[in-house]
This record gives sequence, C-alpha cells and structure tokens, in this order.
Amino acid sequence: MTEAVLPHPRENYGLSSWLTTVDHKRIGILYGVTAVVFACVGGIEAMLIRTQLIVPNNTFLSPDLFNAMFTMHGTTMIFMFVMPLNAAFFNYIVPLQIGARDVAFPRLNALSYWVFLFGGLLFHLSFVTGHLPEVGWFGYANITTKQFTPGPEVGLLGSVIPKGLQYPVSGTEFWIVGLQLLGLASLIASINFIVTILNLRAPGMTPMRMPLFTWVTLITNFLLLLALPVITVALFQILLDRHFGTRFYDIGAGGTVMLWQHLFWVFGHPEVYILILPPMGMVSEVLPTFSRKPLFGYPAMVYASAAIAFLGFSVWAHHMFTTGMGAMATAIFSAATMLIAIPTGVKIFNWISTMWGGSLRMTTAMWFAVGFLAEFTIGGLSGIMHASPPIDGQHQDTYFVVAHFHYVLFGGSVFGLFAGLYYWFPKFSGRLLSEPIGKVHFWLTAIGFNLTFFPMHFLGVDGMPRRIYTYAPGFNLETWNFWSSIGAYITLLSALVFFYNVFVSLRGRQKAPADPWDARTLEWAIASPPPAYNFASLPDVQARDDFWYRKHEAKTFKPEPEHVHVVLPNPSYWPLIVGAGITLMGAGFLFAYVLTFIGVAVTLVGAYGWSFAKFEG
Amino acid sequence: MTAASHAEHHHTSLGVDSRKLGMWALIASECLLFGSLIATYLIYRSQSVAGPSPAQILDIPVTSVSTFVLLMSSFSIVLALHGIQSGDIAAFRRYILLTALGGTVFLGFQTYEFTHFVQSGLGFSTNVFGSSFFMLTGTHGTHVAVGVIWLLSLYFSSVRGKLTEDAAIKVDTMALYWHFVDVIWIVIFTVVYLFVFV
Ligand code: HEM
Ligand SMILES: [Cu+2]
Repeated sequence: MTEAVLPHPRENYGLSSWLTTVDHKRIGILYGVTAVVFACVGGIEAMLIRTQLIVPNNTFLSPDLFNAMFTMHGTTMIFMFVMPLNAAFFNYIVPLQIGARDVAFPRLNALSYWVFLFGGLLFHLSFVTGHLPEVGWFGYANITTKQFTPGPEVGLLGSVIPKGLQYPVSGTEFWIVGLQLLGLASLIASINFIVTILNLRAPGMTPMRMPLFTWVTLITNFLLLLALPVITVALFQILLDRHFGTRFYDIGAGGTVMLWQHLFWVFGHPEVYILILPPMGMVSEVLPTFSRKPLFGYPAMVYASAAIAFLGFSVWAHHMFTTGMGAMATAIFSAATMLIAIPTGVKIFNWISTMWGGSLRMTTAMWFAVGFLAEFTIGGLSGIMHASPPIDGQHQDTYFVVAHFHYVLFGGSVFGLFAGLYYWFPKFSGRLLSEPIGKVHFWLTAIGFNLTFFPMHFLGVDGMPRRIYTYAPGFNLETWNFWSSIGAYITLLSALVFFYNVFVSLRGRQKAPADPWDARTLEWAIASPPPAYNFASLPDVQARDDFWYRKHEAKTFKPEPEHVHVVLPNPSYWPLIVGAGITLMGAGFLFAYVLTFIGVAVTLVGAYGWSFAKFEG
Repeated sequence: MTAASHAEHHHTSLGVDSRKLGMWALIASECLLFGSLIATYLIYRSQSVAGPSPAQILDIPVTSVSTFVLLMSSFSIVLALHGIQSGDIAAFRRYILLTALGGTVFLGFQTYEFTHFVQSGLGFSTNVFGSSFFMLTGTHGTHVAVGVIWLLSLYFSSVRGKLTEDAAIKVDTMALYWHFVDVIWIVIFTVVYLFVFV
C-alpha cells in the first residue's frame, strides 16, 4: 500500500532519546549493555572467590567477605546477567522474527527495563553501605531473619532522620528488595512478550511457522509469568518478618523453614529453565543456518521445549532430598526429575541431526553452538546423577554441585548466549565481529571454562563443601583447586578478548549486509540494523523459514512500497518516572519508610500521566 | 493517521484486544500469587503455638455479608460494561459508581474485621495463623483497593469527557480484573472461613 511519505518525527540521538525510548530494539540494546556490565561485576566476584581458594588456608578474603562474594556472584549472574541478556534478545529479535513493528506494550517494555536497572543498582548499593548480603542466592530462611542477619543498630541515614523513621540496613534487605524489583521487571516483560507473540504475528505466521527462538521465548515467558509470583510471596514474607514482626519463619512460633525452601524452589527450578531455554533457542537458530539445513524435527523441538517447561514445575523438591521429606515424596520427585531427561535428550539428538549431512560452516557462532552441545550435555548428565536421592545425598552442598550447575549455566546458557551474540551482532550493530579474534575467544573460553569447572567434580567427590572460605592442606584438595583458579583466570582473559573483538569490530569500517549468514528467518530480510519501523510493509508469511524459502525456492519477494507511512508510538518519560516511583517504594525498606510513601505518590502520578499522555500518532 | 494504517495497527493475530489478553496473562500470574498465599495459610492456620485460633475468631455471618456485596459488584460492572458498549453513558456512570461503592463497602467491612481482630488479640505478629491470615486477606484487600481507584478513575475520566477512544475495551479489561478479584475472594472465603469446620 502506498501512502503519504511522513516518517514520524522523533529524535533518535542524545541521552534524552534513550531515557524516553519505547523502541524494542533500543530497549534491547539497553538490556544487553546493562547485563554485560553486571556480568563484569559478577565475573570479578568470581575471580575473587577463586583467588581466595587457590591455596589452602588463604586469607585473601575474610570469611564474611567470602560469603558476601558468592552471594553477590550467584545473584548477579542469574538475575542481572543471564536473565536480562536473554531479555535483550527477546526484545531485539522476537518482534523481527514474527514480522512485527514493535512489541504489544512498548511503554511497559521501557518500564520493565527501568525497574530492572534500578533494582540491580539498588542491590549493588549494598557495596556502598558496606553491608553486603551473605545469605546465598537462595536466601534460605531463617538465615534471612533478623535473628541471624540483624544489621547494625542505626540506619544508613544516621542523624538526618529520626531513629524511629529509618531502618537499620542489613545486606539481607538489599537482597530482598533487589530481587523483588528484578522479579517485577521480568513479570512485566513476560506479559508483554506473551501478548506480543500471541497477538502481533505477521499475516501467515502461524504458530508452527514461528522460528524456534520465538517459541522458546513464548515458553520462557510463561515460566516467568507463573514462577515469579511464588518467590514474590516468599520475599514479602521475609520482608514482613524483618520489618513488622510477622512470624512466618519464626520457629518458636510454629513457623517452618521448609516453607521457604518449597516456595523458593517452586520458583527456583522453573528459573533454571528460564535461564537455559532461550540459549537453547539461539542454538536452534545458529545450527540450521550454518548447516544449511532446516532444523531437524521442528515440531519435536517445540513439543520438547513445552514438555521441559511443564515438567519443570513438578520437580522442585529435588533440591530438598536431604531435608527428610519422606520416602514417597522423595521417590516421586526423583522420578519426575529423571523424566525431564527425555525431552532434553530429544533436543540434543535433534541438534546433532540438524548438523548431520549439512554443509557446515564453522563460524564462531557455530563453534559456540557446538560447544554448547558438548558442555551442556556434561551438565545434563551430572544432573541426572543427582536426580537419584542416594547419590544426591553425597553430592548435596559439595563442589560436585558447583561443577554441575556451572556446566549448565556457563557451558549451557553462556555458550548459547555467545553463539547468539556472534550470530546477531551484525543485526544489532551493522558490524560483523571479527572471526579470527572470535575463534581465539572461543578456544580460550572452552579451555578456561573446562579447566575451571571440570576439576570441581573431583573436588566435590573428594568431599570439599561448597560455600566454604578455605580448606586445610593434606586432604587432597590443593592440586585441583589450584588448577581451577588458573582456569578462572584463563576465562577472564577470554572475556577480555571478547571485549577487544567488540571494540575493534564496532570501530571497523566494514558494514554488515542485511543477511550476512545466508540465514533463514525474517529478521535477516531487513537492513542491519533495521529501521525504526522494522518492516516497510508487513511480511506475508507462506512457510516455515519463509525468508529462506523465498530466497532459494520461490524467489518471490513482496515489492517494497515506495513510501512508508507507519505510525510509531511516541517516546515517553512516564515509564522512567513510574520505574523510579516503584524503586523508591522498595528503597523505603532500606533507608527510611518515608521513601516508600513518596514512591507510592510518584507511581500514582506517573500512572495517571501515563494513562492520559497522547501516545500514538 | 489514515484509516488503513489505523486498522493495521489494531490488527491482532488472535482477534482479541492486546490489553485484554495482557489482563488474562496477569490473572494467570495472580493465580499463582494467591495460590502461594493460600498454601501458606493452609500450612500455618493450625500450626500456631499460642491462640487465638481460626475457629475462635473468624465471624462467618459478618463476612458473608461483605462477600455478598462484593459479588453483587461483579453484577453491576457487567451492567456498566453493557452501558458503555451500547452507548448509554448515563447507565455506565451509574453502574461504575455502584461497583466502586460495592468495593468500598467490602473494604469497610475488612477494616472493621481487622480492627476487631486486633482488639480481640489477633495481630500480624501474634502467631503464624495471624501472619498468614492478614497477609492473604490483606493482599486481596489491596487488590480491591486498586480496583476501586481504577473504577473511580474511569468514572472521572468519563465525566471529564476523556474516556472516548477505546472506552469499551478499557472498561472490559477493568471488568475482567474485577471479576477475578471477586472469584479469588470466593476461594479465600471458602478456604479461610468455611473450612474452619474442616
Ligand atoms: C569464570 C566464571 C565463573 C567462575 C570462576 C565461577 C566460580 C564460582 C564458584 C567457585 C562458586 C562457588 C562458591 C562457593 O560455593 O563457595 C560459584 C557459585 C555460583 N556461581 Fe559461579 N562462576 C563463574 C560463572 C558463573 C556464571 C556465568 C553463572 C550463572 C550464569 C554463575 C552462577 C553461580 C551461582 C548461582 C553460584 C551459587 C552461589 C551460591 O552458592 O549462593 N557463575 N561460582
Ligand atoms: Cu531444580
């Protein structure tokens, strides 16, 4: 359709354009950059942990600081690195893959980012106060009660505000409030992505034609939608216990700490699929492209992803085998856990079959995808091992578990994310990452990663407990701890190589074409980076991998309209304001309660401004 | 904005307005929120070391009245929606106010109940029953309060002539929320009050 030429007037440079943006691509970039910054923080914490453990009886970190470091490291890596980096890909890629011009709720999308950013910053403000959380990423009750992590006598605001009005800050509060905000951000995003994928697909983009990455995004966001409210309740319970004297985790009053474990893991196990499913989707895009074959067993991949997510809600108590739940419950949860191996195995075999007989191009993205397959499988196998309760009794709280979950989180999620980054970087930036540097990056990562974490299996079965700040010599733990730390430094080096690659590639002159990889999905049909409105005319999808089909078989392309008239949503300050209001509400529990009331007021004003602002057209 | 692009903009794959679909998603999430609160309550209601216990303090007749009022407000919001859909603005305004009134009466009952409980020795921190009871019903009450503010906002923006574009779908989305808040109350009423005898 040809209409009057008038792209919507909007500024797209300068700080204020970033503060007010509602464009899913820019929000995706904000998410991605922020997540990578937090990854650096979490990575430095990992280096401190490994440095403390490099030799026995080390005094590099105090016991308290060590506890704080693994708590910050675990929480940051999960909630401020992998989850938001996944969200960056959802934001940037999914609307393009389904042929949409934006997400369903552009302003909610911006709000989600701001709440995530402020939540992460609030969490890290604990560094400034000097009271870091020391409760582990799972914050087991009743370590989180006032009895065990009381915090100092006076509040942070000292004499500025009367004593009764402010709250003594403990690191635990930062952990609670930070997570609450991060959870809210993901919840808002989940509603947005679910509606976007269900409702904004281009004509002809039926569910079984959607790219697999879009499928796992949909599934992951359902997991977020249904898992987050559970931890929200649990976090409120400990917050209320600490601030208003409720008795949820007061053993003397009949409270039970098992309740926390149940609520936490009802959220926590789906959470691990929230971390791994999106990278699985990225690998499912990379492997077909560089094998020049369609994804093997596409429907089976969709159903397997859905099955994993569904089963993911029924296995939480495998984290609690050693709590004495009773033989029946233990047996059921063990069996359910082992069941998950079936859909996971289906996926692994489908990925391998995708490559089988393909004409493989071993780009860096492809290397990381293949690396993902190898490392994730190792993590999956050790996972099946501790699905067996008697074996788990030996593994629980040892370094064997640390090895296991780094194989799935790093070897799985992070390798998958790197595959996705190398693959889509030209789409984000209009520049290709250097392949030679990329290969160096891959091999350093693979060597460093395996050297760090494989020995932890040995350390674990040799009896080294996790979350312990040091160990004595003479227990056969020195050698592998040493090599594990060396591996960590190599991994650090690999990260530096990656940043160097990004730096030189962004400064390079060579522009990426729209479709540098001869890829299959719709995002490659438009320029790199895409224009603000994405598609001049909405695609008309006729097949799975429609773009590939048109390029190589049908050879028909919809003619580009000469003039584009697209109504884009106006930039808006309201998401930022509402986000700040919500953050203030949380900050009240860290500093002085007045902030909470100010926050409520700001949020209400923001919500009204939001509702009545002229947003479209 | 031309008619064509307007139509394209509001085209949805499922044929449901995105705002309404978003509300359905939120409701799914809320089910798990209330589910966790109810689970906590069920675990804790008879776990307390000291009284008062549910049977000693919960007043079923009084709460039945407020439950009835809340249920009727679900009825009146259907009438409000019908009003806006059929262009009868006066009826819409009348019934939306009535709905807000129903919500407010419910909140009044809850305030009375809470103060009465505190006076009879059951506070937030008295025992685990108290903690889980107040958290569950308080969360529900907060949902009602948000709903009342939302209803009044719809009313006032209608009076000020600002509720024009997409008015029906806005009210429809609100009504969905309101029905959910009512339905979940039926569950809570059953579990907390009627199960006293179980
Ligand atoms: C070079 C990179 C990394 C190194 C050297 C490293 C090292 C470690 C070590 C030694 C621990 C155990 C601390 C202890 O129990 O005493 C740990 C815990 C943990 N790590 Fe990593 N890690 C790395 C990357 C990651 C990544 C990428 C993630 C997630 C995506 C992650 C998530 C976690 C979590 C959740 C814990 C558990 C924290 C807790 O017990 O509360 N790590 N890490
Ligand atoms: Cu699990």
